[in-house]
Amino acid sequence: MTTPTEFDVNLLELSGVAKRFGGLSALSDISLHIRRGEIYGLIGPNGAGKTTLFNILTGLYQSDSGRFTFNNTEYSGRCKPHVLAQAGIARTFQNIRLFANMTALENVMIGRHLRTSSGIWGALARTATARAEEHAIVQRARTLLSYVGIDRPHQTLAKNLSYGEQRRLEIARALATDPKLLALDEPAAGMNATETESLKELLLSIRASGITVLLIEHDVKFILGLCDRVAVLDYGKKIAEDVPEKIRCNPAVITAYLGTEPIVPAQAEIQS
Amino acid sequence: MRNVLKHLSSKDKRGAWIAFVMLAIVLLVLPFFTDALFGRGWVRIMDFALLYIMLALGLNIVVGYAGLLDLGYIAFFAVGAYCYALLGSPQLGLHLPFWIVLPLGALLACIFGVLLGAPTLRLRGDYLAIVTLGFGEIIRIFLNNLNAPINITNGPQGISMIDPIRFGEFSLGKTHELFGLTFPSVHLHYYLFLLFTLLVIFISLRLEDSRIGRAWMAIREDEVAAEAMGINTRNIKLLAFAMGATFGGLAGGLFAGFQGFVSPESFGLTESITVLCMVVLGGMGNISGVLLGGILLVVLPEALRHGSGPAQQLLFGKTLIDPESLRMLLFGLALITVMLWRPAGLWPSNQRRRELVAENDAAHL
Amino acid sequence: MDTLLQQIVNGFVQGSVYAMVALGYTMVYGILGLINFAHGEVVMVGAMVAMSVIHLLIGSGLPPLLVLLISLIISMVVCMALGYGIERIAYRPLRNAPRLAPLITAIGVSMVLQNLAMMFWGREYHAFPSLLPNNSHRLSGAIITEVQILIVLIALGMMGGLLLLMHRTRLGRAMRAVAENPSAAVLMGVNINGVIAITFMLGSALAAVAGIMISANYGIVHYYMGSILGLKAFTAAVLGGIGNMRGAMVGGLLLGLIESLGAGYIGDLSGGFFGSHYQDVFAFFVLISVLIFRPSGLLGERVAERA
Repeated sequence: MTTPTEFDVNLLELSGVAKRFGGLSALSDISLHIRRGEIYGLIGPNGAGKTTLFNILTGLYQSDSGRFTFNNTEYSGRCKPHVLAQAGIARTFQNIRLFANMTALENVMIGRHLRTSSGIWGALARTATARAEEHAIVQRARTLLSYVGIDRPHQTLAKNLSYGEQRRLEIARALATDPKLLALDEPAAGMNATETESLKELLLSIRASGITVLLIEHDVKFILGLCDRVAVLDYGKKIAEDVPEKIRCNPAVITAYLGTEPIVPAQAEIQS
Repeated sequence: MRNVLKHLSSKDKRGAWIAFVMLAIVLLVLPFFTDALFGRGWVRIMDFALLYIMLALGLNIVVGYAGLLDLGYIAFFAVGAYCYALLGSPQLGLHLPFWIVLPLGALLACIFGVLLGAPTLRLRGDYLAIVTLGFGEIIRIFLNNLNAPINITNGPQGISMIDPIRFGEFSLGKTHELFGLTFPSVHLHYYLFLLFTLLVIFISLRLEDSRIGRAWMAIREDEVAAEAMGINTRNIKLLAFAMGATFGGLAGGLFAGFQGFVSPESFGLTESITVLCMVVLGGMGNISGVLLGGILLVVLPEALRHGSGPAQQLLFGKTLIDPESLRMLLFGLALITVMLWRPAGLWPSNQRRRELVAENDAAHL
Repeated sequence: MDTLLQQIVNGFVQGSVYAMVALGYTMVYGILGLINFAHGEVVMVGAMVAMSVIHLLIGSGLPPLLVLLISLIISMVVCMALGYGIERIAYRPLRNAPRLAPLITAIGVSMVLQNLAMMFWGREYHAFPSLLPNNSHRLSGAIITEVQILIVLIALGMMGGLLLLMHRTRLGRAMRAVAENPSAAVLMGVNINGVIAITFMLGSALAAVAGIMISANYGIVHYYMGSILGLKAFTAAVLGGIGNMRGAMVGGLLLGLIESLGAGYIGDLSGGFFGSHYQDVFAFFVLISVLIFRPSGLLGERVAERA
């Protein structure tokens, strides 16, 4: 066995990515890499460019310059969201975007769309292949719903789920796409302590199943207690990238992000 | 449908079968019944109703499933109708058989749908609405003016003496004696249109409960999220649009063969709006609702036409408002009212109904 | 060449009318992100009301210019009320509804307006009374009437006024703030409902003026005039970049020129196959081409975003 090269170890690599909106520079010269199988955190004050970076990774925005490599393939040019989803990047949204008037089950079934292939003919003739595929989709969706811990009837409309359940449903829907990288935009926002704790367990279990996780969070405690490595953005620039212990006492981070106090001293220690 | 049956006990299942057989019998004897009771004119109205229901079902795929507002839908109906009229009439001296012309019209409508949809569908929904609105008007301008210098469409006079729909020697344009019964032309068309309507319903139902149908609904609910989940939204939207256009073209061909005459007048904005009303009023995305909407909006205006004149005579001594503009006024009001107070339509789908209930519960808390 | 100059003059006149109507579309779009489908009918109502007022006053012995001014004011007031009503009925209750809903109500409103107008004023074409002396001037081969000169002047004046309003007043600042970010504007104390209502009313007032101008130019009003005019003005707004006010003005003038030159030369270009009655088709092809090649329009930048 040969030792894995850098090329294999890194799932995602960005170098020199920049994005401008009119006169505003939202991201400048962002370079980072995410290794296979890690939980990678992205923190930074409001307006630091975290969501912009997310939108570039998932094809909602196009970067103005820089290189973007995922799973050994380059996606720097114009790349549509569905192409990146196909490549294996699945995401959730900061302000939950479920298919509100579809059932919980259907929401997850949508996630299977890109891994299945029945077309018009399969739908009309209900061929054996199409039926088998449909059956597999339903089975997989049910499994995922219970995996993320939604025990309500699966026919409940997404809009009638509780807030925490909606967040979990979004994760289930993203998992249904068989992602290599699961990108979560503030998954713990608005959750209480219990919900946050079980979310943490869910994310660890997802990572254990071999999926790399990228997290944006406001809750610094949460992210430092969970992630293997963390990058800090400020005004569209990466000001630090390191393991949580080092981030916690990085002077640049402390001044830029939290003022002069060290980041959440006692509690975070206990949790990690 | 399948799911509904699955949950029924065997006794209920038998009940469902009995209801199904009875419905079939009613649909089969309906033209004779109507003919005897109200006169042959109403059978003709039923034929038109079926054509309009086909149109509404086609538009339902576009508006109801995929959430794309098409305001020029009747243009595809026109494409199908003129395709049939040009290839099966003395106008160009061509008399191609019905089974070639009808699919050709549907295909042509589909091509127009793709040509129109491809540039617009990557943009926001409003653009599609306005482009289709424009397309509807443009088609009419062309139909009206392509009579000079070369006479193709015969302009505002339209094309007449179109070949009737004919299977071999069996022409639907004539009265036939079958099984000891007399089948006038309108009855025969009724059965043919019923068959096509059932086909369109079947296709709609199958699509609704499929991978493609789910993708349409996801786009309707949240396009950005759908795209992020790996749905190639442009292609899937184009598929809905092309599918709707095909049904429109199909209904158009049948219309031309049935009426024997087409003119640009039948394909105005008013007709597009009428079809849209059927879909919205009955319940977007719900086939039963669309059927209800279609039936209501064909029958009510007929009643209005016969009833409003005399009623106004009685009340005011003269006809103040002509029934046609009254009809469109009411359609406009219906669109507003339904959207404001009953957005899921008169007959919401099961899912929507549950959601409405849930909202009411929330309101009472 | 005489005809060329004449076509340019006609295109410029027609274009300033499109520009005025396009402003209404673009203002509403800028602020709500929606196409106000009923806007074309507001133009029609403006023309119809002005016609009726003129007919009422024409025998009263008032000077023609005063009659025109009164009818202009009344028709603007009526249209502003109409614009306010449209916003209240079709848009405000559905502000958070799915996009399809307000589009459909707007279609409904436009059907209602059109058919009410037909009931009030009938199906027939009405002659729009000419109050201004219809003198014409020769402009090195082209003929331009005084009415046309007035149209261009009024249009330029109103557009200039609108730009001043947007960039020099508190109201204009509030409108731009709401267009930029409604929730932030609320936090800053902007009365969002008020601003939106005023936007609709301003657009409708412009529509009334445009309706009168186009009727005076052609001397004809008709209950159906709104829908095709609305479609073209929308095209003008898209051409210039929807949501951008300067874009609407440029787009309007440009579309007027394209149409007029196109209609003037299509016969020669197609060897007589297409005649000038295809004039209405140009706007549509312009619309499709813009959407294919430059969906953000000539001056716009904010259309393509969907997130």
